[in-house]
Amino acid sequence: MPDNILSITDVVKRYAAHTALDQVSFEVPEGSVFGLLGPNGAGKTSLIRIINQITGPDEGIVKFRQQKLQPEHVRLMGYLPEERGLYRKMEVGEQAIYLARLKGMSRAEAVQRLKTWFGKFDITAWWRKKVDELSKGMQQKVQFIITVLHEPPLLILDEPFTGFDPINVSLIKQELLRMKNEGTTIMLSTHRMESVEELCSHIALIDKSRKVLDGPVHDIRRRYKSNIFEIRYRGHGISLANSLWGPYKLLDNNPEDDHQYARIQVSGEVKPNQLVEALIGQVELISYNEIIPSMNEVFIKVVKGEARA
Amino acid sequence: MHNILLILQREYLTRVRKKSFIIMSILGPLLMGGLVAFFIYLSLNQGESMSAIRVVDDSGRLAQQLRDSESVSFEEDTFSIVVAREIFNPDTHYGILYIPADAPENPEGITLYTEKQPNLTVVSLIESRLQLLIEEEKLNRAGIRKSMLDSIKTRVSLVQKPVSTTGEDREFSAGITAGVGFVGGLLIYLFVLLYGVQVMRGVMEEKTNRIVEVLISTVRPFHLMMGKIVGIALVGLTQFLIWVVLTFAVTTVVSAVMVDRSDLTEIQKEQLEKMPQRPGMETGLEKTGEPEILKALSSLNLVKLLLTFVFFFLGGYLLYSAMFAAIGAAVDSETDTQQFMLPVMVPLIFAYVVSTIVMTNPESELGYWFSIIPFTSPVVMMVRMPFDPPLTDLLLSMAALVAGFIFTTWLAARIYRTGILMYGKKVTYRELWKWLFYKE
Repeated sequence: MPDNILSITDVVKRYAAHTALDQVSFEVPEGSVFGLLGPNGAGKTSLIRIINQITGPDEGIVKFRQQKLQPEHVRLMGYLPEERGLYRKMEVGEQAIYLARLKGMSRAEAVQRLKTWFGKFDITAWWRKKVDELSKGMQQKVQFIITVLHEPPLLILDEPFTGFDPINVSLIKQELLRMKNEGTTIMLSTHRMESVEELCSHIALIDKSRKVLDGPVHDIRRRYKSNIFEIRYRGHGISLANSLWGPYKLLDNNPEDDHQYARIQVSGEVKPNQLVEALIGQVELISYNEIIPSMNEVFIKVVKGEARA
Repeated sequence: MHNILLILQREYLTRVRKKSFIIMSILGPLLMGGLVAFFIYLSLNQGESMSAIRVVDDSGRLAQQLRDSESVSFEEDTFSIVVAREIFNPDTHYGILYIPADAPENPEGITLYTEKQPNLTVVSLIESRLQLLIEEEKLNRAGIRKSMLDSIKTRVSLVQKPVSTTGEDREFSAGITAGVGFVGGLLIYLFVLLYGVQVMRGVMEEKTNRIVEVLISTVRPFHLMMGKIVGIALVGLTQFLIWVVLTFAVTTVVSAVMVDRSDLTEIQKEQLEKMPQRPGMETGLEKTGEPEILKALSSLNLVKLLLTFVFFFLGGYLLYSAMFAAIGAAVDSETDTQQFMLPVMVPLIFAYVVSTIVMTNPESELGYWFSIIPFTSPVVMMVRMPFDPPLTDLLLSMAALVAGFIFTTWLAARIYRTGILMYGKKVTYRELWKWLFYKE
């Protein structure tokens, strides 16, 4: 069991009119890519701000590597806020150096690393340009570089892919995976469920100020499966239906190209093999697959209150 | 601390490198130097454009006694006034002076005909010359010799000195002293306003840019605010220093080129001689020949004045810029600043208004109180400074100012740290009041 880089325990944050976070607790394992999910206004940004020590919690405690959050921890984090921004009138290179030095890097170190990153993102020519002259996508790249430049063990990225074209999205993903492989923990706050499935090993779902779900992604998806199998076969629908009784329930059956497609719900403790055995004598089985809900489905299911954690 | 320095450095460098800063730094002293040069030029070149005046003298006695000055020459005319007006040529002559036959008894009839609105100095010169001549003639008629009268005439000009027996024996010169103080107060007023608004803009820029969220995930909001305020203060001081040095250089060069000093004194002496009828007029010359303005300036303790200026500039600036920073943090756009700007501006403007009154009466009750209250003291105390206010007043004022800016900074920091992350909310005073009590 790896150590946790962040332990969030019973965090409460109240604003004048409403409670932004209500008894939120979860853990972020070291080296994970952690998805912080939730609808707009659920409290994600409030939580991220607490982790960044922009604000403090009213109750509860946040620990970074088993230590209560302290100002020095800020340098061990890289934060990319959802609303991006840079000084418009400042030169790109100078600005990047300034922000890197605020994070405790020396000028020489910052320049050296920036040169590498600018080369990697193919924006070396923009070093002396003012931010104003950059396209939105360029600014995003610069901001991403600034976030990760000091190579913090924890990255907190709020919607990191918005504003990028598909090529740059894959470039960023590639870099994130490289950093993960080097041991960086990445906390992603996003609405894009595809990227959650693709990148995240763990998630926490926050809805209406409360944490409603957390854990490893594959566990969660399994937890939300409804024991539905999809099969493709050749043969008669009647013979399929005849073979299904007791714990099996045929949900639908439709012709598809030169074969048939059916979905079957299985109840209780039936092993997958048992279903295959039940079918195999009746029809010619082409494919067999358990339907695991996508994170998107889980998200919608949970947020709509169709399921309880 | 390291971060404050970095922030301060950025705020300072980005502003000092701006074109507008460089232009202002050069243009300011050039304007001032140019103004000085312009006045010197005017005073020196009065003589060059001679105004020739035809004199039609029906009295027959005054015209030949009218002496030319370096700016006005008189030509006696033999024509009658009607003909003279008929044949007047504005290209060669400035005007026609008509002296009726009964002028000495009835001077109201003396008339100056000119093409354009006549120049005031020409008019006063002619008036004083004629006045002198007519008076002389009347004295003669009464049997009084001019030399006798001259020996009776006495001119009194008070020497103004402080009552205290300590310190060197200095002389006061109320007018110039007041002027120096007022200019100091005015400069503080302008600098506080100018750079206070820059602080506000800077804060707003960071907020609307959204860079602030990145920044305060790295540095404490208070450090960010203080770095900005102090950085901009240094920009102001730099600008002031450049102005002082450049103005000094420009005026030195200009006055060296345009006139060497002995010339000036020569001309002034001459003017003094020619206007004996006006004892009340400032001539700029004492008997010793040392210009009064230099004497008055040297009587002021310039080092002390400069040091207090820097103190009150910094104190006043810190006091107000903290509030400007809070405004910048509270609003989303420039247009929203108006409602909060007013209450901050009012005491500043009020200080300026009070200082115009205090200038004429530096030891008044009004002057005392407003030079102690921190919101007005930077401007008002500066006005009082050249008049050597009691040390207790000065120290009290300084202490109050320090306490004042610590208080406003504390207040502003609380509004700042909440406001800076608050978007899309129409902020009211009630809201600001609540922010003061938010926990961090």
